[in-house]
This record gives sequence, C-alpha cells and structure tokens, in this order.
Amino acid sequence: MGNTTKVEMTLDLIERHGLTPQEYQQIKKRLGREPNLTELGIFSVMWSEHCSYKSSRSHLKKLPTEGPSVLQGPGENAGVIDIGDGSAAVFKIESHNHPSFIEPYEGAATGVGGIIRDIFTMGARPIALLNSLHFGPLEQASNQLILEGVVAGIAGYGNCIGIPTVGGEIHFQEAYGHNPLVNVFCLGIAPADEIFLARASGTGNSLIYVGAKTGRDGIHGVTMASEEFREDSESKRPNVQVGDPFLEKLLLEACLEAMQTGAVVGIQDMGGAGLTCSTCEMGSRGKVGIAIELARVPQREEKMTPYEIMLSESQERMLLVVEKGRQEEVLQLFRKWDLDAVVIGEVCEGRNLTVYQEGHKIAEIPNSALDDEAPLYDRPALKPHYLAQLPRWQDLDFPEPSDYNTLILEMAGSPQLCSRRWVYQQYDHMVRTNTAILPGSDGAVLRLKGTSGGLAVSLDGNSRYCYLDPRMGAMLAVAESCRNVVCCGARPLGATNCLNFGSPENPEVMWQFIQTVEGIARACEVFSTPVTGGNVSFYNETNGTAIFPTPVLGIVGKIDDLQKRRESYFQNPGDQVYLLGETRAELGGSVYLEHLGLPLCGPCPAIDLAQEKALQEGLLDLIDQGLIESAHDVSQGGLVLALAECCFARKFGLHIEVSTALRPDHYLFSEAPSRIVVSVKKERESKFLEGVSGLSVSKLGEVMNQSFQVSVNEQTLISIPIESILQVWNSSLEEIFER
Amino acid sequence: MKFGVVVFPGSNCDHDTFHVLKSVLGQETVFLWHQDSDLQDVDTVIIPGGFSYGDYLRSGAIAKFSPILESVRRHAGQGKLVVGICNGFQILQESGLLPGVMLRNAGLKFVCRHIYLLTENNQTPFTAACQKGQVLKIPIAHNDGNFFISPEELAKLEENQQILFRYSDAQGHVSPAANPNGSLHNIAGVTNRRGNVLGLMPHPERASEALLGSQDGRFIFQSLINGKYH
Repeated sequence: MGNTTKVEMTLDLIERHGLTPQEYQQIKKRLGREPNLTELGIFSVMWSEHCSYKSSRSHLKKLPTEGPSVLQGPGENAGVIDIGDGSAAVFKIESHNHPSFIEPYEGAATGVGGIIRDIFTMGARPIALLNSLHFGPLEQASNQLILEGVVAGIAGYGNCIGIPTVGGEIHFQEAYGHNPLVNVFCLGIAPADEIFLARASGTGNSLIYVGAKTGRDGIHGVTMASEEFREDSESKRPNVQVGDPFLEKLLLEACLEAMQTGAVVGIQDMGGAGLTCSTCEMGSRGKVGIAIELARVPQREEKMTPYEIMLSESQERMLLVVEKGRQEEVLQLFRKWDLDAVVIGEVCEGRNLTVYQEGHKIAEIPNSALDDEAPLYDRPALKPHYLAQLPRWQDLDFPEPSDYNTLILEMAGSPQLCSRRWVYQQYDHMVRTNTAILPGSDGAVLRLKGTSGGLAVSLDGNSRYCYLDPRMGAMLAVAESCRNVVCCGARPLGATNCLNFGSPENPEVMWQFIQTVEGIARACEVFSTPVTGGNVSFYNETNGTAIFPTPVLGIVGKIDDLQKRRESYFQNPGDQVYLLGETRAELGGSVYLEHLGLPLCGPCPAIDLAQEKALQEGLLDLIDQGLIESAHDVSQGGLVLALAECCFARKFGLHIEVSTALRPDHYLFSEAPSRIVVSVKKERESKFLEGVSGLSVSKLGEVMNQSFQVSVNEQTLISIPIESILQVWNSSLEEIFER
Repeated sequence: MKFGVVVFPGSNCDHDTFHVLKSVLGQETVFLWHQDSDLQDVDTVIIPGGFSYGDYLRSGAIAKFSPILESVRRHAGQGKLVVGICNGFQILQESGLLPGVMLRNAGLKFVCRHIYLLTENNQTPFTAACQKGQVLKIPIAHNDGNFFISPEELAKLEENQQILFRYSDAQGHVSPAANPNGSLHNIAGVTNRRGNVLGLMPHPERASEALLGSQDGRFIFQSLINGKYH
C-alpha cells in the first residue's frame, strides 16, 4: 500500500467505526490482511446498517416486487413502473430522520436533495415531491422549532429547485419528541425505454465526477444514522451536510442533457457514504473493477486525507461512467452549466475498487465485499411485552359527550386533525403546472403533459395502529394509501415504503419490523401494488426509548382520463351524501380517545383486505361511470371529521340523519377502515344505487349551504355553522406558529 | 407574435411559460439562453420565475449582469415589450428597468396560493384583453414579493397609472386583508414609465388551463397576442 499513515487497528478504533470485532475479523478474511485506516473507513460506511441493510435484507425479500407494470424493482436508486404511452413513473421514498433532529433545516433540505438525485439519476425528470413527517407534540416549544425548521428546509430546497411539493402527512406523538421522522418522496417521469442504471461497464470507460467540491462535511453521516441517539447527539452537528438547491438544479438539467448524448453508460449520485458508495456499488452491480485517483477529486478544503475524501458526504455530487473517447463532449456540456466536472478514474479489469492518491495505491477492496457480500444478520425477534398489557378501550369507562358541538370544534382545531394549510402554502405546490388536484385532498394528482392522463400519489402511515399491532397497522397503511389514490379516481400500480424503527438489536423492535414487513407484503399482494423500492431507517431511539414502529407507504396510481379525477370535497349543494363501507365500533388507537386524554388502547382497527379491495374496485367503477361527484376516505377522527373536511373547501354545509345500534360517539368517531364518503348528484342517485350493488352502502344526507347538522337516531347532536368549524380548523397551526 | 423565454441557471418556470405560449396558445416561442445576446427577433421577451443563480446575494441581483440582459435592455429601449414574472420582476427591478424593490414577504415565509388581482388599467399592451376593474384569479409563489418604493415615486406610479394589478379579494376590494405579502398599496404588477415593460409577482402561466383551476392568466398573454396598443 502507498503512503497512508500506518494506524494500529485497536478494538477502540474498530468500535468507533461502528464495527463489531466479528465484523472486523470478516474484513480481514475478505482482504486476506489487515485493512489500513482508509479501508477501515470504507468498510465501516458500506457495512453500516444504513448502506448494507444487514438486519433487514433477509426480511425485505418477502415483499412482492414483481408485476406486469414493474420495469425496475428494488436494488437501484428508485423503482420504475410502466404507465403507458411509452412513459414510466420513477419513484422512491427516503428517510432523513437523524440529521433532521440535529439540524432541522439542513437535515430536511438535504433529504429532499438526496431523493431528487435518486430520481434524476434514473434518467427521469422529477415532477413532484411529497413528505411524511412525525414530530413530538406541539405543546413543547422544542417540537415547534423542529417542525418549523423541517418545513422551511423542505420548502427552501424544493421551491428553489422548482419541483412542486404536492402532498404528504404530519403526525404528532410523544415518541417522536427526540426522534422526529422526515420521510421524503419524489416522483419522476422518464421514457420507458430510456431508464439509466447505476452500473459501471466497459473496461477503459471514464469515471466523471461532477458537482460540488468535496469537503469535510458529513463524514460518517451513515454511521451516525446507524446508531441510537444519546444526550450528546447535538454535538454531532458537523456530521450534517449543507444543501445547495441551486447547484442541484444545474446538476439535474445538465445530467438529463448528458444522458441525451448517448455517451453515458451508468450514473450514480453520491449520497450516503459519498464517493465510496457510488464507486463500489457501480462496480459491484456491473461486475467490473473501478480505479480512481483522489488527487483529481475537486476539493473544497486543503490537505484532505484519502479517508476524508472517500467518506465525505458533501451534497450535490454525481458520478458518471462515460464511453471511452467521449469524455470531452460530456465535460463540455457540464461546463455550459457552470459545473465542475473532471475525469477521476476509469472502469478496469477485475472486480476491485482501487483508490490511488498521486499514483500511490491507498486502498484495494473487492467491490462485492462492500456490497452483495456485506454482513447479513438474522436478528432475534421477540413479541414485545407491552402488547400483553395493552388496555382495551371497551374496558374503559368514558361517558358519551354531553356537548358534541364543542367537541367537534376542539377536535377540528387539534394539531392531529387541523388543516395543514400553514405548511403547504410554504411549499411551491404548483410549479411545473401539472398539479391537477391541489394539496388538501386525499391524494395529489399530477397531469402528464401531452396525454389525457395523470398520476395520483399518496403517502400514509399510522404509527398508533402499528404500535398496537404492527402487522395490522402495516396492512392498514397500505390500504389507506391505496384508498386515497382510488378516491382521486386512479388505479394503484406500485408502492414504495419507508420503514422507521428503533434498534434492530432489540428483539422486540425486530419483531415489530418483521410483523410490519409481512403485513405490507400481504396487503401489497392483495392490492396488486408491488414494492419497487424503499428505505429502512433503524436506530430511531434516544436514551433507549424507541419510536413507534412507523412504516410509511407511498402508492402511485394512474388515471387514464384526467377529466374523471375526483377531489375529496363536496362540489354542489343538493348533492346526496353516501357512505360506502360499514361502520363498526373501532376506537383502538383513535384520535377521539387520544383527545379525551385516555391512554393508548387496543385493539387496533381490523381490516378485511378482500372487502377493502372490493370497495376500491367498486369506487373506481362508479367514478369511471361518472356517477360520483366527490370521494373522501374516512380515517383519523372518524366519520364526522371526514364529513366536515368534505365541506371545508367550498364552504358547504351538510344535513345528516343516520340511525345506528352503536353508541353515537362510537359511531361518529370510529376509525373502522374501508369506508369512503361519496357525494352523488340527485339525478344520478338511482343509477348510483344500481351501480353500488355488492358494496355496503348507507345514505347519510345532503350537501347544504351553511349549517353542519348531524342527527343520530332522530336526535340532533351537532348543529353548527360550517364557518365556525372551518375557522378553527384553518387557523390552528397559524395560531401556534404565528403568535 | 413571437415570444422569447429567457433561461438563467436556476430559472424554473421557463418550461411552464414556454408550454403555455407554445402548446396552449399556439404562439411561436423560443428559449433565450442567458449567455447569448441574440434575441432571435422576438417581439416580446418574457423573463420567467425561478431562482436565477440561486437568488444568492439577493433575488435577481446576479442575473442583471448576464449578456442576455444587455440585449433585453436594448429591446426595452426600442420600446418593445418585456414581461418579468416573479423572479423575472425582481431581475427587472435589479436591472433598473422597473421601479421599486422587493422586500421579504411581510409574513417572512414563502407563500404559494391562488390570490385575486384587480385590473386597474386596461389601456396597456398587457391588459387590453381585460375589462377595467376585472378580477383575475392567479396564483402567487414567492418569498420576496413585498413591493416597496419611496413615497414620491409611489405617487408618480399612481399618477402615471403604472400600477396595472393590485391584490384584492374575489369581489375586487383592495384591502390589507387581501394583501398576501405586505406590498405597498397592494401592488402586484407595475410597468415602467414608458409602459412597455411589465413586472408582476403572480404567475399567469400557472392559470392558463382549466385543469389547473383558473384560466385568468390567459387575459394577459392574450392581450400581448392581440397586439393592441402596440
């Protein structure tokens, strides 16, 4: 080896690299010798949980990943599905949880930057961003600060780069106070036959580095994301990178243009684990060797060591494999966009990643040892003890509310249920002029320019359900995400997932994880939505307390005729309001019980996947026949909140009369799944009723002008001007943040 | 009518504007690269929204030094039409082609939403297809749209009828409640003294197709296409 300073491999050094003594022995075996410090660093990032999925890989194999529309499943930067007309949807979700706790603005911003790179790396033009955010309760100022920073970071990056942030979800729970979750999703469009892969091939082809200079920022970011937080975590701030959306905008345009030249063989972004990850993954996937010269890597700081250059996570950098002899053409194009671009190495014989500095060999590692052959663990799993001790809501003695009007106002204004307007107005959600359904509806709808169709997207999760029953909670998340897409009038085609958990070294967390994966697998099979990729984020725990198991599902669906897209809110006074699906008393994990200040109780709502599938198919059919004016999924807060939400957008009122054998509050606030509120024009009512045969359907009432009135069993429980509910619903977050 | 849409590094409404002019309204339209100085004989130059040069230093502050801006200045000097939308408006202010400056929004946050505009003056090449007093529903999306100017200059803008659009409610009432960013006198769009350069913060290109919830932005483009007053 060349001029690397000889460093003794002590147990302490190995541990500080997040490696176990056993893993270190494996490293020695693969190399046939002791690693040097640079090599140890390379192994430590590539074998971190974040890069290697060593605890999750064996379980993720259970997910369905194939289907008629899948063009690219897991294993690449993003999943790809065929959406017809020669086009493909390219999408993926990623977490940026740990950095967002330490530095909310930059953590969230660089999360957005990272997921955008994953999409355009595939040759796709990014057209939409969504996000799923989990925070601690807003009563605490620290949580307000985190939320404010995260939202500003997402806005700062997305707005500047010009990709609309069109939807998402926000949840609050004590468990996220020290472990907020920031999951970001990006959707892009590419010609179906021009997908680019992160693979190197062709001995002699050039490796071109383009984008930001390499600095000392973010070194060991992935190792940080693979550890629990302790009290001193805020001292890790230098590990969080700083984003530059303007630079990424240039990279995006320039890379898409470079791909048009035909000279690009493979392309990979430098995200987590930077230059290390991009070089060895491209080599490993392409089954070729890669040699790079670090002296050629553009550097922001002086005297950077090979260790630092290889492990830097400086943002906005890309690595391209370009056909031999055509480097100048590609470099020229990058210069047009004012970007730094240099040849830093080439594809070579063999299967090694070889790193040189000034001609001296600094590191030499078989690519596959870093990628495919990284450690794989079958970690022990144990059903958590808390599950045996969960209280049942049926055993609690809570009286029926005496004043429903006040209750509705309080619930509509609660952070859990109130309008997200204060958040989404900070996001440019209209740029690129494709947003055919604006934020606030069940799913976002993007038109596909040049066609009559569009795509619908929704991100969903409900960690309270998953805490109560991870398998059921995961199935509910898939079902809800699909239902939201269906309510827009779209047919679900594919899924991506972000799995946020505590430490996999804790058997109880591992059990939650396995149950969740199995639940997602089962539901995605039923809904024919193969999982095309995703992300696992472990070690979301602080001082030994883990977050709730939190799977977030992203579903992408297709609408062939955008004229048939549906919003979730009522369209005309006089329309008839129906409920599709049955209301059972399902209050476990409900916002209602949380609002009453009761402890989190089981059981989790139960879902019959076959029934849900029939409901979704039925609704798609009704929408296709033009019988539905609006469709809104019933979820958190139950039927009565869903009905209020249907009224808000156009300030309509509602007159509802129902009869039920359930206690009225159980009926109104149940979170039983598989329910959709639809509105139907009066003249189409009989046709609608013919069309719903086979589905459970009940008439609720009629869209009115101003008053929101709900009668149960001939007793008027709620009578209140819609304007009053709307006022608290709309202003709740504004009042918290703008006072 | 031939349109040119300027592309700076960081422009991000360039494709949207091009799409409306070319595909929706069927006009001959070309992109104008920031490093070029040839305006390709366009009749109207549009400087689109976005974050030119990342908006580093100050919105629009770096774009004014680009070669294309020199040509745009000459174009405007010949009395030909120039429109700056959002970041384009800021660039034209920085270049001295339009009056006033933009401060951070009064709420100190980026604001993206549909707003209403009262058309104050329809005797211009940009508004001839509107009725006087017509209310247009067009979205805004900006961080720095708080129009500011000295009292003397403001009085001149009013006197010369250079204010084409003010933020209003749906009925056309101009009030503090209808002002989304704190702009003086609810100003959303102004022209230069000569009346051939327009800057406006709202995005008409985002309101030119029924699918997007409003087609009112077309009145502005249609005014240009009709070519009245010019």
